[in-house]
Amino acid sequence: MKGTLIDGVALVLHEDDTVATALEDLAAGRDVDGEGRMVTVADDVPFGHTFALDSLSSGETVRKYGEVIGRTTRDVAAGEWVHTHNIESTRGRGDVATEAER
Amino acid sequence: METEFTGYRRENGRIGVRNHVAVLPTSVAASSVARGVADEAGTWARATPHQMGTTQPPEASAQTERVLAGVGRNPNVGAALVVEFGTEDVRADDVADRIARTGKPVETLSVRAVGGTRPALERGAATAEALNEAAAEARRETADASELVVGVECGGSDATSGIAANPAVGEACDRLVAAGGTASFSETPEFIGAEHVLAERCVDAETKERLLERVERREATADLMGVDLRGAQPSPGNQEGGLTTIEEKSLGAISKGGTTPVRGIVDYAEQLPVGGGLVLMDTPGYDVESVVGKVAGGAQVIVFTTGRGSTTGNPVAPVLKVTGNPRTWERMSANMDVNAGTVVEGEEAVEAVGERVFRSVLDAADGKRTAAETRRMEEFAITEVQPSELGEEVRRA
Repeated sequence: MKGTLIDGVALVLHEDDTVATALEDLAAGRDVDGEGRMVTVADDVPFGHTFALDSLSSGETVRKYGEVIGRTTRDVAAGEWVHTHNIESTRGRGDVATEAER
Repeated sequence: METEFTGYRRENGRIGVRNHVAVLPTSVAASSVARGVADEAGTWARATPHQMGTTQPPEASAQTERVLAGVGRNPNVGAALVVEFGTEDVRADDVADRIARTGKPVETLSVRAVGGTRPALERGAATAEALNEAAAEARRETADASELVVGVECGGSDATSGIAANPAVGEACDRLVAAGGTASFSETPEFIGAEHVLAERCVDAETKERLLERVERREATADLMGVDLRGAQPSPGNQEGGLTTIEEKSLGAISKGGTTPVRGIVDYAEQLPVGGGLVLMDTPGYDVESVVGKVAGGAQVIVFTTGRGSTTGNPVAPVLKVTGNPRTWERMSANMDVNAGTVVEGEEAVEAVGERVFRSVLDAADGKRTAAETRRMEEFAITEVQPSELGEEVRRA
């Protein structure tokens, strides 16, 4: 698989990523341990959805595939479900994004 | 690696992987007759009913004609019957002439000229029969993957599309390009947020500029229709599947084209080069119209990834379904061809699935029917040039 499988239940697609993708429905409280990044999943995270590997402050960029996929709209703790309730698009146009956004 | 298959050599040198008789209506007014003729004739006849009106603005009717001629010219078509009602801007004779330049047998039928639908159905069936006999004379010969133009599409995406199915199909595209063939993906609205990645891969400044201009234009068109693509994407279904932002969706979507340089970008339904490497096509995001654009551009095989499940096919090109979602594979296995869910389950590497996808493309080219073909899934739709786009063209001019 491209990316790194952590604990057999989640996928980190690039070493710079700040979120991992759940490969099965993960229940809140589940410890996910892998690649030295130990997080406790804070919410129920459905299959295919992402959760934070690190704590992110409000407005911080979120990375998946090694690229910016958006920014947080509030503080997100490590292990929290990352979805439309706490992340938004930063750029419809990647080519016009500022260097800081990339 | 063995990269050969057996196909149908056409007069113009292209190789077809099917030998259909296409029945092409020039407007919605001729669509029922076209469908009736094909249904009556047999499975070798494939109709392309669509909704375009008899009168369209010039740019729109030019596009309709280009799509119909392109589908008729597709090497999977051994012969074509163009059906008009008789009052269309797009004339059957014009479409037929463009198709006939490939050297294949083409006939026309006018519903008004022959006296209405009943005689048209009878005349059409007899003509289709004669065309099928002519098409059956096509030489079957061995061809190489370098002669394949493969269109890549995604629809009903979820998070598994970006992590399993699309990267696996991307691997297959890389193999096809390495073998000398052409791979093409499209859906310009799904470049948004990832266009900087594609732009960096363009072979020259001109291609890069053209790509960015197309992305900008798609975004502007959406604005004109009162849609902010950033707000409308990912769709609610995509979001339920785990996709959060348009960037996330696009980054996953572009992986289905593989990792080779972007050699060019063509217009909707414009001819795709043979032996061209990775070439993009500027199409809307609606998968049926997007697939039709690439088939009209000459793609003989379509590879279609779907996480949430899609049954879409095409009348003249085999459509291979690849899913990265193990649940979709289980639930809809009769509509799927390749299981990339093994990647998600940790059983198989992306590279191994990519190899299976490439094999499946060659098998389909060699005549093996896909799930969509077996089930006669043959959706067909042409992108309509919207009045607002025409207005924008006027303002740009």
